[in-house]
Amino acid sequence: MNLKGIFKILNYVVGIEGVFLLLPALVGVIFRQYHAALVYFAVAAVCIVVAALFIFIQRHDPTKRGFYGKEGFVATALSWFILSLIGAVPMYLTGDIPNYVDALFESTSGYTTTGASVIPDLSVISLPTIFFRSFTHWIGGMGVLVFILAILPMSGGSPLSIMKAESPGPSVSKMVPKLQRTAMISYGLYIALTVLEFVLLLFDPDMPVFENICHTMGTAGTGGFSVTNSGPAGYSPYVKVVTTVFMMLFGANFSFYFLLITKKFRDAFGLEEIRWYVGIFLGAVLMIFLNLHFSGFDARENLLGIFYSCASLMTTTGYTIVDFGKWPVFTHVVLMTLMFVGGCAGSTGGGFKVSRIMLMLKQVGKEVRQQIHPNQVYSIRVDKKPVSADVLKSCNIVFISYVMILIASCLLVSLDDFDFTTTFSGVLATYDNIGVGFGKVCVGGCFNIFSWHSKLVMVLDMIAGRLEILPVLLLFHPATWKK
Amino acid sequence: MDVIIVGCGRVGYILADHLSKEDHNITLVDTDETKLQPALANLDVQAVIGNGTTSSCLEEAGIKNTGLLIAVTDMDEINMISCIMAKKANPKCQTIARIRKPEYLPERNYFKQAFGMSMIINPELAASNEINQLINVPAALELDSFARGRLDLLRIVITETSVLAGMRVMDVSKKFDRKVLICIVVHNGEIIIPNGMSMLSAGDSISVIIPKAMIPTFYNTVCDTASLKVIKNVMICGGGVTAHYLAETLCDNGVNVKIIEDDRERCEQLSAELPKADIINADATNHDVLLENGLENMDAFVALTTVDSENCFLSLYASKAAPRCKLITRVHRLEQDEIITTLPIGSIITPRRITAEAILQFVRAMQNSKGSNVEALYELMDNKVEALEFSIRENSKVLNTPLQTLKLKKNLLVCAIVRGRRIITPSGKDTLQLGDTVIVVTTNLGLKDIKDILAD
Repeated sequence: MNLKGIFKILNYVVGIEGVFLLLPALVGVIFRQYHAALVYFAVAAVCIVVAALFIFIQRHDPTKRGFYGKEGFVATALSWFILSLIGAVPMYLTGDIPNYVDALFESTSGYTTTGASVIPDLSVISLPTIFFRSFTHWIGGMGVLVFILAILPMSGGSPLSIMKAESPGPSVSKMVPKLQRTAMISYGLYIALTVLEFVLLLFDPDMPVFENICHTMGTAGTGGFSVTNSGPAGYSPYVKVVTTVFMMLFGANFSFYFLLITKKFRDAFGLEEIRWYVGIFLGAVLMIFLNLHFSGFDARENLLGIFYSCASLMTTTGYTIVDFGKWPVFTHVVLMTLMFVGGCAGSTGGGFKVSRIMLMLKQVGKEVRQQIHPNQVYSIRVDKKPVSADVLKSCNIVFISYVMILIASCLLVSLDDFDFTTTFSGVLATYDNIGVGFGKVCVGGCFNIFSWHSKLVMVLDMIAGRLEILPVLLLFHPATWKK
Repeated sequence: MDVIIVGCGRVGYILADHLSKEDHNITLVDTDETKLQPALANLDVQAVIGNGTTSSCLEEAGIKNTGLLIAVTDMDEINMISCIMAKKANPKCQTIARIRKPEYLPERNYFKQAFGMSMIINPELAASNEINQLINVPAALELDSFARGRLDLLRIVITETSVLAGMRVMDVSKKFDRKVLICIVVHNGEIIIPNGMSMLSAGDSISVIIPKAMIPTFYNTVCDTASLKVIKNVMICGGGVTAHYLAETLCDNGVNVKIIEDDRERCEQLSAELPKADIINADATNHDVLLENGLENMDAFVALTTVDSENCFLSLYASKAAPRCKLITRVHRLEQDEIITTLPIGSIITPRRITAEAILQFVRAMQNSKGSNVEALYELMDNKVEALEFSIRENSKVLNTPLQTLKLKKNLLVCAIVRGRRIITPSGKDTLQLGDTVIVVTTNLGLKDIKDILAD
């Protein structure tokens, strides 16, 4: 175990977080909320000074010597815990969230792009905190370590393992040969799409620019923190339409955009995952539309709400504009299925990922065929290429551990003695990084109802869900730490 | 530059490693996914699973923007077709093919003309040339040529009785009229780029830059009489392609060659192609066979069997049975360099390293075809030192300034300047001029231009 190498990366993470914290401080200065600005600035300064100090001391580059997959995974998992722990400090110190565990929940929920909040009333919260919550969504969406990879070259070892640990999806492929350039392209696309949404939202004269920025960052990271108490429901239909479109765009595999800009249109639109993604989305919309229509709701009136809710839950954003809690149970099950499916691999969305669902369904199909023709040789293909046994295996393993952690978390949270819907959907909402569930955590609900130990379970779930479980499991396995 | 490497065997891997570290964008192509996986895990490269001779696969690897395609699969024909396809898909793309079958040897120039290949590398031929050089200069452990063969970089070990033991580097230069320069000293396993005051001691291995004509004089002064005799009898164990090339050259130079090979058919083939050589059909690992065929009277012993460990053991045995014999051992695997170099098995030849070196040299030269070209590049001492030859064709700030006032990189030595027909061993007062050929030895790897000798 190259502890020095891991320490180096964690140290960079602390430094980068310090730089991030300067932005809310700036927001505080602009809006003359000097107390909050000072707190954010102080925490930022401490982070930057500590990081700079260690960078200065640690002049030898320890990643040159043996930095392999194990170290990459551990460094990534630890980084996310550290990010959340430090991010909670200013929220607590400004007095916006008077309890550190609550602040930790809020900060983790931000970085993991969950969007589950413990703040019942946003109107009393300082603007720097409001901004910082949304900003953590934006950073967490693409990943902090990918950001570090984009700006700092790693001298040795296998930085690919970091990208593997942090990027969602069953397999990671580089868009271009150089990892650093791949990370830059990813962030470039991410920034370009974010700016595009911001510019489009500027056309709505009723939306304040500050809210626009926060709302855009929340959409981009598929996060879902609201900016005001009324939430996204208060915005104009134009904003809602733009948000729906961009939620879907950010939940799609980014290699789709890379293929588009390199003018490989046929390959781009041929991507199976994109087709499944759009197919599942449209199927869900249709099912909910018909169900509402036949259960006495005005489905046409609700059309935008249906599109918005499906996009929001499938991409695991968690913005809501209608109270779907009042809809029939069938729609809840459809929406819950969408929550489970999640966005595409290589996107900012959470959940189990469309590509994994696709691989698992194909495996089931293969098994059925095999029963009918036992000697038939049949290989599972995606985008006309055979999928290796390793990818399939890791997909299945992720599914198994996913289900087991889900059950364990439900058990622990059920000690709070809420009804089943609230318990289960609450865990699912945090585990899949959505931020909104059913029952008491449905639209307008708040996660402060849970006890402190349930919140800690959910903090673990959020990080495990964001990093897709294995890096976090690795962190807790004794063999990782053996000499 | 974007580079496609077709074939992810050992050479492909080494090249990908080196070139990606020199900031090229590498895409590896191989049909075997298991071969690509280690490269993907350890190197910063991209990989495409597929056949490098198909246009669709090359397309996927991005042939349109590629500056160079290197084909190093096991099959000559695949390498050729791959290069041809690449040239068709993108005429601007340069191509390098590894082609090793002896029957293609006479076709090399035809291939270059007809298919526009920029370079054809034959590892066995290159290895045989290197062995031949070592046989010509028996006391050298390693010998690399510069300035079209006018200058050599020679590595020798200082023996107990040598006059060099206890001398300072500057005294050695003085002794030979300032015509030779010691540029690398390996003292107790530590690599030093020496200055004039560095002391030499017995057991050190030194690399000397020396005009070819000076070599006999240098030897007469420096070495024992035993290591000076001209090589007349050579024993080669293993009758592969390299042995064939080597025996051909040696026989032409009037050397008596004995090849020991245990495959009957191959022996007959060799005897038909090499009428002057003695071909022995026997198992070389049997010591009696070696003694019976006069190992003790041999001047040089070359272990070229297909198995690395066998070669090492053969040379170890030869070092006991015939202590005065010049030993040359072929080792394919590069991984155990540090261990193998400590064994008394003479000079080590690694065909893959030679292949990789030649291609790297080409790539660096290609990158800079307008400026000051890298004419030759050798990786020394387990890839920790590079010796480069630049030809200066462009004005820059390093020119016309005395070397002592230039701020050079640490651990870098300008060891020779070739100006027209003169060879200058540079002192602080000398300057570099337009049209010179300069030889630089350094532990700062990856120089691409003569300007890179300056400290940043």
